Amino acid sequence: MITPPNFPPPGSASDPPVVEVGHSRLRLLIARTRLALHSFRAGWSIFMESRIGVLSLVIIGVFAIMAVAHPILMLTIWDAETYDPVTGYAFDQVDQPSAPSWRHPLGTDPLGRDVLSQLLWSTRSEFVLGITAALVTVAIATTVGAVSAYYGGLVDVFFMRLADLIIALPGISLLIVLSALFKLNLFYLALVIGILGGFGGTAIILKSQALSIKVKPYIEAARVAGGGHFHIIFVHIIPNLLPLSLLYMMFTVTSAIFAEAVLSFLGLLDLRMSWGIMIHTANTGGYLMGGTRYWWLVVPAGASITLLCSAFYLGGRALDEVVNPRLRRRHD
Amino acid sequence: MEANQPHTPPAAAEGLVSVSGLTRQFPVGRSLFRRATSFIHAVDDVSFQLNAGDSLGLVGESGCGKTTVGKLLVKLLEPTSGRITYRLPGLDGAAGQENAPLEASAIIGRQLRTFRRQVQMIFQDPYESMNPRRTIYDTIAEPLAVQGMGTVLDRVDMVSEILMLVGLTPPATFLFRHPHELSGGQRQRVAIARALVVEPAFVVADEPTSMLDVSSRTGIMNLMQQLAHGLGIAYLYVTHDLAVARYMCHRIAVMYLGKIVELAETEELLRNPLHPYTRALLSAVPVPNPEYRREPPSIVGDLTAPIDPPERCRFFDRCPLATHYCRDNPHPAFEEKAPGHWVACYEV
Ligand SMILES: Nc1ncnc2c1ncn2[C@@H]1O[C@H](COP(=O)(O)OP(=O)(O)OP(=O)(O)O)[C@@H](O)[C@H]1O
Ligand code: SF4
Ligand SMILES: [Mg+2]
Repeated sequence: MITPPNFPPPGSASDPPVVEVGHSRLRLLIARTRLALHSFRAGWSIFMESRIGVLSLVIIGVFAIMAVAHPILMLTIWDAETYDPVTGYAFDQVDQPSAPSWRHPLGTDPLGRDVLSQLLWSTRSEFVLGITAALVTVAIATTVGAVSAYYGGLVDVFFMRLADLIIALPGISLLIVLSALFKLNLFYLALVIGILGGFGGTAIILKSQALSIKVKPYIEAARVAGGGHFHIIFVHIIPNLLPLSLLYMMFTVTSAIFAEAVLSFLGLLDLRMSWGIMIHTANTGGYLMGGTRYWWLVVPAGASITLLCSAFYLGGRALDEVVNPRLRRRHD
Repeated sequence: MEANQPHTPPAAAEGLVSVSGLTRQFPVGRSLFRRATSFIHAVDDVSFQLNAGDSLGLVGESGCGKTTVGKLLVKLLEPTSGRITYRLPGLDGAAGQENAPLEASAIIGRQLRTFRRQVQMIFQDPYESMNPRRTIYDTIAEPLAVQGMGTVLDRVDMVSEILMLVGLTPPATFLFRHPHELSGGQRQRVAIARALVVEPAFVVADEPTSMLDVSSRTGIMNLMQQLAHGLGIAYLYVTHDLAVARYMCHRIAVMYLGKIVELAETEELLRNPLHPYTRALLSAVPVPNPEYRREPPSIVGDLTAPIDPPERCRFFDRCPLATHYCRDNPHPAFEEKAPGHWVACYEV
């Protein structure tokens, strides 16, 4: 049982010992940076342990190199007249589309433009599209999820019914209608996909996660400390949601690239060039019917769409293991 | 509950915190489309007072409503009925006179900020009451930061100082660690540091040692007591263990299913327990004097959740002294049977 040991008489603790703290804003900053690096490294090593994580990084890396390569090639060995992805014309070839050759490794399209140049040029816009859409989605979904879970009541009912509505709408057909009504360029497309995703399913998933954070005792502790609604949402709930948000960012990239491909294939987007438009061009020229004869018109773009979409999806799955300790393999 | 309040709250009128007729019910089985028809009477018509520098132990079985009382006192929950008034430094009553009692329900806006500085809580679970993503510095400095006390650099100093006070030395090795890198005892020290860093007048400690192993318990209890006495902080110490309450507090209140059934000075309560429930609890506590034999009063039956309890004495079903009178009359009033010794029972 409890036997009161001898402890110093009351009051002795009230004279604080002299504290020697080397204090500077810099020290604080260094400590925080070290911590951030540390937790990043811990997450990174889990990510790298999963084979699909590494695979997805390699694929994304290759595409990133492709995106960077285009402007460099245009500045060095490719002249704009021949190799511009939209206005170029391969005068060196007699027939268009021409099969892969030394000067045109992936051949030319029915309009005499270099397919490799188109492929590389489009890579950059796919990244821009995917990442913009993902950022918009996650910014909206995280805020909506946190606010909805925190306040509950009518706010929650409103956002959740809105999400249900968006989920119930058939996504691609809605985009088709929108792109028919408005001339959607890359930026607006990213915005629309981001908004639909952000107020849609992702918000519901992040809200359910936020609900489980909201009932943690540290939220009550923060209230007792004097934290207001804003403080609790942005300092306690959202940072604990971010790992899951990051995961859904990966999945959004996938769906954005896919949506762009479908819309471009249908010729509904106001883009200069994209993987979807490359397939669209082949299709309108009737070359899709020709079996594998004109493979270079379809395979590079199609494979790129599939690969980059899968890479982001697999990256998301690998991230899931970092975020979700229950999925982790045991190492003993 | 204001209406059936025949008793004045025990203790002096100068209370730092006075509670009278405090009641909190939780609806059972409520949904979006259905109004609740039954309620858990978690806290039912509870009254007591606490003076500056005072310490009160709140003792009772699991589920009797101890944590709910604590959360009501720190305004994490709103009472269903009844009132809590505070006399806290920097918080003036409605009339604006200095040190007039202030109603809990009237504390909003700017006054709530002052209130949060004066009233703190230490939570039951040191593992869940800290955000896993924030460092020890962030956790302890949070009340300072949200209340805008000091600059960032001041706060580093204040946090280092309080870390030394709670025995986490040298502070520099703890400041930028995460909670999961600390042991349970160390975390509970952090929790204490966080509650005391704003120098509150009143702290609710909700079983701060219940999740710790026995060896770190005494250390934490000593620390709490030393700091509270040293800084002149009044506290409500929630525990299910009478021995802990005895060690920690001047007075003890015994709670049973939402009701306080007995309240007295610690030694008086232990020497002269009046309520049958207190006696049953005490028979479970080892007696320091080996010569003395206390006959164990038996408790019959189980603890039931107080969902829409019958009007009669809450302890009736398990009481060894229960009579027909107890069965046919409402819950006994909380009365002063000896000076400073309050009991709710017909048979004493
Ligand atoms: N938010 C809530 N919603 C519904 N019921 C609640 C809520 N909080 C507490 N209760 C109920 O109120 C009663 C008292 O709970 P409380 O947490 O105050 O008990 P306690 O004395 O602190 O118990 P323990 O010693 O186990 O911590 C219990 O029956 C509990 O189920
Ligand atoms: S009032 Fe009656 S039932 Fe209640 S504790 Fe006293 S003797 Fe027991
Ligand atoms: Mg409790």
